[in-house]
Amino acid sequence: MSYTAWILLTASLVGLSCGLIGVFLILRRMAMMADAISHTVLLGIVTAYLVTRELSGIHMLIGAVLAGLLTAVLVQWFHARGVQQEAAIGVVFTSLFAIGVILIATKVGNAHLDIQHALMGEITFVPWNVIELPWIGEFPEATFILLVVLAVVLLVILTFYKEWKITSFDPGLAASIGIPVVFMHYLFMSLVSVTTVAAFDAVGAIMVVAMLITPAASAYLWTDRLSIMLVLSSSFGVISAIVGYMIAVWLDTSISGSMAFATGLVFLFSFLCSPKHGMLSRYIRPVSASDSP
Amino acid sequence: MGMLLSANAQWVLFSTLILGMASGMIGCLAYWKRQSLMSDALSHAALPGVVIGFWLIGTKNMPVMIGGAAISALLGALMIQWIRSSSRIKEDTAMGMILSVFFGLGIMMLTIVNRFAGGNQSGLDSFIFGQAASMVRKDVYTMLVLAAIVILVVSLAFKEWKLFLFDPDFARGLGLSRRLMDGIYLAVLVMVIVIGIQAVGVILMAALLIIPAVSARYWTHSFKWMVILSAIFGGGSGMIGTLISTLGVRWPTGPFIVLASSVLFVVSLVFGVEKGLLTKALQIRLQKRELRYAAASGAKGPQRGGEVG
Repeated sequence: MSYTAWILLTASLVGLSCGLIGVFLILRRMAMMADAISHTVLLGIVTAYLVTRELSGIHMLIGAVLAGLLTAVLVQWFHARGVQQEAAIGVVFTSLFAIGVILIATKVGNAHLDIQHALMGEITFVPWNVIELPWIGEFPEATFILLVVLAVVLLVILTFYKEWKITSFDPGLAASIGIPVVFMHYLFMSLVSVTTVAAFDAVGAIMVVAMLITPAASAYLWTDRLSIMLVLSSSFGVISAIVGYMIAVWLDTSISGSMAFATGLVFLFSFLCSPKHGMLSRYIRPVSASDSP
Repeated sequence: MGMLLSANAQWVLFSTLILGMASGMIGCLAYWKRQSLMSDALSHAALPGVVIGFWLIGTKNMPVMIGGAAISALLGALMIQWIRSSSRIKEDTAMGMILSVFFGLGIMMLTIVNRFAGGNQSGLDSFIFGQAASMVRKDVYTMLVLAAIVILVVSLAFKEWKLFLFDPDFARGLGLSRRLMDGIYLAVLVMVIVIGIQAVGVILMAALLIIPAVSARYWTHSFKWMVILSAIFGGGSGMIGTLISTLGVRWPTGPFIVLASSVLFVVSLVFGVEKGLLTKALQIRLQKRELRYAAASGAKGPQRGGEVG
């Protein structure tokens, strides 16, 4: 496969898995949790590096999942002790991020771990960083990890599809019919962390937030059905990835930045043109009773 | 300690102290408006404005870049409002979107500008992590003016803020314009953010606005004291963080300031007089003991089984 094809494949995989996860983030009103986890993952990666002294995929994944879970647990803990949810998120992620930055500045020195890379991502290097796979041969490491993560995300979502649906829309009902709501919450948080760190190499921490939230929010404007929303959101993710790459090539600029910008374009289009909740439809179609909130 | 610091370090110390106080005060308003994370979104949304300001002038000109940042952050705030009020998208989702899309746009423009300008003139690092160490006398004056404005705005209209935050309906009944108050609040918030970014950077600016206010909440129920305490906590952590960062070579100032405020938060969480964990534990123990006394002094204590607890 050519260089461009690898990049497009990697970016599309990011779009796919982030799009799927994002739908539940939005429905569970945890969009800012994604922002928090995408920052605290840095601490997980630094710690994993300090413990193992190597920057391999699997250690980073484990460190990131632990950091993500730590964030979720701490936010929950503070919230249970009377801190506003928003404030709890703000306190936890900024503190953990600060610890991560301090560790990098004081302990790591000039290792290959630099913050700008972690925050911005460098998808242009992805195709060169290959590993040897049986039967297939050389395969870019980041792409491989993303494939595995996408498989895990798909598996978990499809296996417990009904449970996700109920816990997202009506946690009270879910708890009353015996679905382990708390377990599902932390399972979901782990999925968010895994996806975030897998997408790290490609688009960086802050762009992951764009990929997680914006396609799902756009899809939310088009449909009321969860299954359609999942399909739409992941397609929007892929479209933004490809369009973003094209913009980046056209303007010769940052690929991850353009991808985040492209998700914004997709949202703008949905915001204006969606038949159900768009701005234009409001002027074209008379207001009916079902429109009022 | 002060004797050991160079003149420059003293300026840095002074400006982080003032910045911490200003952001601690405005953070209280944000806390009660339940918009703690708004500051995070707005500080990220400021990036495109900074880059455009740099683009127009060609050099690093502080007032122009601050102006650009303010316009861009305000635009972000308005778009969050617009998305929230005219579609089914919730506020936190809108914040996340504006935050990441604006930041992406900023990165795009920054890459292009850097290519034209040659070299890394408007360094991204300094935007993300701040450049407290390079602050000079002029920056301290900027921050003094800023802090003065914030303190003035908060204290002059203190009664109005209280009404606006805790009983908006009553405030409207009194003829207080919600729109005007919202506008002033947003303007002050954006001002603190864009100037604070210079010192502690994008991500950690949110911390300065959120953490002191949350910590102050544990010590008092009075809004007035919460604002005062929050200013003290903010200023204190600004100072402590800066002092610690001077102990090592090339230690970043911003993260240490945040860490200092997190430590203050944990202390408040445990020892806070009003809502702290220790206070609560003591209260529960006291209540238990009283119950035991009551049970012992009563003949047999309340019968079990008769009532359903």
